[in-house]
Amino acid sequence: MSDEFEHKLEAKSDYAGDASSVSTPDIDAVPDAELPDQELYHSHSWWTTYVFSQDAKYIGIQYALTAIGTGLLGLVLSWLMRIQLAWPGLGWLEPSSYYQFVTMHGMIMVVYLLTALFLGGFGNLLIPLMCGARDMAFPYVNMLSYWAFVVAVVVLLASFFVPGGPTGAGWTLYPPQAITAGTPGYNGGIILMLISLILFVAGFTMGGLNYIITVLQLRARGMTLMRLPLTIWGIFTATVLAMFAFPALLVGCLMMTLDSLLGTSFFMPAMVSLGETLTHEGGSPILFQHLFWFFGHPEVYIVALPAFGIVSDLLSVHSRKTIFGYRMMVWAIVGIGALSFFVWAHHMYVSGMNPWFGFFFATTTLIIAVPTAIKVYNWILTLWRGNIVLSLPMLFSLGFIVTFLNGGLTGLFLGNVTVDVPLSDTYFVVAHFHMVMGIAPILVVFGAIYHWYPLVTGRMMNETLGKVHFWITFIGSYAIYFPMHYQGFVGVPRRYFEIYDSPYIDVSTLLLNKFITIAVLIVGAAQLLFLYNLFASARLGKKAEKNPWKANSLEWQTPQMPPEHGNWGKELPKVYRWPYDFSVPGAKEDYIPQTQPPSEIIGAKVEKT
Amino acid sequence: MSDSSLDNLPKGWKSVPSDLGSDQTAFKGVQWGKAMMWIFLLSDTFIFSCFLISYMKGRASTVVDWPNTSHVFSLDFMGVPVPLLLIAIMTFVLITSSGTMALAVKYGYEKNRKMCGHLILATAIGGLIFVGMQAFEWSKLIHEGVRPWSNPFGAGQFGSYFFMITGFHGTHVSIGVIFLFIFARKVYRGDFDTGRRGFFTTMKSDYVSIEILGLYWHFVDLVWVFIFAFFYLW
Repeated sequence: MSDEFEHKLEAKSDYAGDASSVSTPDIDAVPDAELPDQELYHSHSWWTTYVFSQDAKYIGIQYALTAIGTGLLGLVLSWLMRIQLAWPGLGWLEPSSYYQFVTMHGMIMVVYLLTALFLGGFGNLLIPLMCGARDMAFPYVNMLSYWAFVVAVVVLLASFFVPGGPTGAGWTLYPPQAITAGTPGYNGGIILMLISLILFVAGFTMGGLNYIITVLQLRARGMTLMRLPLTIWGIFTATVLAMFAFPALLVGCLMMTLDSLLGTSFFMPAMVSLGETLTHEGGSPILFQHLFWFFGHPEVYIVALPAFGIVSDLLSVHSRKTIFGYRMMVWAIVGIGALSFFVWAHHMYVSGMNPWFGFFFATTTLIIAVPTAIKVYNWILTLWRGNIVLSLPMLFSLGFIVTFLNGGLTGLFLGNVTVDVPLSDTYFVVAHFHMVMGIAPILVVFGAIYHWYPLVTGRMMNETLGKVHFWITFIGSYAIYFPMHYQGFVGVPRRYFEIYDSPYIDVSTLLLNKFITIAVLIVGAAQLLFLYNLFASARLGKKAEKNPWKANSLEWQTPQMPPEHGNWGKELPKVYRWPYDFSVPGAKEDYIPQTQPPSEIIGAKVEKT
Repeated sequence: MSDSSLDNLPKGWKSVPSDLGSDQTAFKGVQWGKAMMWIFLLSDTFIFSCFLISYMKGRASTVVDWPNTSHVFSLDFMGVPVPLLLIAIMTFVLITSSGTMALAVKYGYEKNRKMCGHLILATAIGGLIFVGMQAFEWSKLIHEGVRPWSNPFGAGQFGSYFFMITGFHGTHVSIGVIFLFIFARKVYRGDFDTGRRGFFTTMKSDYVSIEILGLYWHFVDLVWVFIFAFFYLW
């Protein structure tokens, strides 16, 4: 890419080798600044500093805390559901509450926790810092984005308090049942859910424009796209996906809102409900499924791609190794992102669509396995002969690789139409997607929090508590989801609020249900340990030294840690290399920060980037 | 990448590989707001595409016949029903307003404050006329018994899709009109010449904002062409 610069560098370092450490300013040449320094908004009051903050770092923390808070509710809902499944005799939940909890758990975890945390939280925190910018391109719009998200969450939670409660339609919200009598919350909760999603999309669009423009237009001098950390590539590509996938959700939500409130029939066929013929006629329920999954499948990668990116960086830093195949990693992220728009109907094999469609979508689905496999191999090869330190981020990253591989392999089963049809709507599907887009990204979230916590607070999180947290979470997740695969194979259907004594269902599954529930309760409790660690360490944690992990990327090279408003003090950083120069032969230290000029490391055999 | 392969690229694309390979900015010399508007419009394109594709799917799968659009959308002119008369005028007005908008951008960059302001105002009035005629069309159809849930001419989905899509587009036009008025005032006040700071963002005003607004306005017009083709001509 920056060929000219590299040739210059090569020629100069050869020359310098002969004439013994004579540094000429030319080696350190970086292109001139194209733009004047960004003017920042300086807050004057407590309100504009901490509440309506226009500083991306604060917004990131706000996003993260709101998302984690909402996610905690999702966790509690999963407890309640599991207790019902394990001991149906207790009469713990009404069937309607069970469906409402399933729905809210799913929607909260996918959209309001993972999407908001990865893109809103880590995106805001890391994009300006890792790109070497002072802030996002549009700080004011960024602030609006967060507050739109807050309103969306409030509207979502308000649905618990309307008559009829939240919607119980399942997180996919399929019409006609979502808005037909018989489904919990069919005339109150569902409307709030749809409005909340519309608000979320609006808020996200404002944030997403910021992330994209910041990555494309606000990079530091010397920071080419191919020198960006993979974290940024993951978040950036996921944001692009979101910008093109959320419109389908928005349109679907809008149309269903009209169906429910105005009595239109976009998705509603002629139906008899409770003995009465409804006024709806001639709509297409399949249309909603297409709209939903055109959003829904890219959504999987909106969650997964930032996780891929972050885990690549964690693995590289904590094994002191160059990431293996950086360019392939980038192209795999971009390729997966592009392909994710052509696979949506693999969620609809049993919807009654044309079988040729299934054939096409099975093919595209299996093609996605190629770039994904490249990534997994590259992670493993990054670890190969690395100096693996079993720090918390590394533990969680290793956990991620195993879990993602596991969930990915079951994805190959479900991607094939013929295998999917008998497995569809069983616990096998539940186990698959919880492994691949629940546990795997959440493990990365934890790893990333342990990794970047010193950057935010200036203190380290407690290592012992973290290790307890990791082992309980990691082993516990397998205790939860491995049995579910088996349950799915023997045919236990999902979304049943009670698996009663049926001749078709083996009694072993009932026992397993109890086992799973106990595991869920323990794993959930371990998350409370994590939360304690998260909040207590801000006060009690050991003071972090600057750049505690000895990482290369720009966010650790700020003059202060935690970075101040404007991030970089007087002068913006200059970037001379990619962020993966670890254990370079000939270098004094085992890491070379991106900001270290070539003249300071003459003799080191750095990769040309 | 060897230079000979770059030479084969069409004109205008030659700098793309080097720009993408460079540091700092991927779009050289493009103001942030302008790049943002392009990406927003790309996203908005997906919204309208979803609407129109849903409409095609909905129209293809109704159980009752679709209304005869040339009959429904005709306007009585001197006692003779003329199909598409109102729509033709609406389309003409909107496309013309695109022309005035483009001129406003040109005069803006020439720092011709007066002409720029006049032309933005003309654009806003064009948009207002369009929205007014749309309101007239809506009320005419409602008088004839077309409702979002049913209509006397055929499939109920006709009203549903018609009101939803033209309503969504009309909202876009209305938002555009509001911003056009705001920007006309800013131009007349000389904000863009003095670099006066914005009310919320404290960012300096610049004539490039007119171009950004123009991008949005042209997009809204372009979408209308598609709605026109799919709704009124099909």
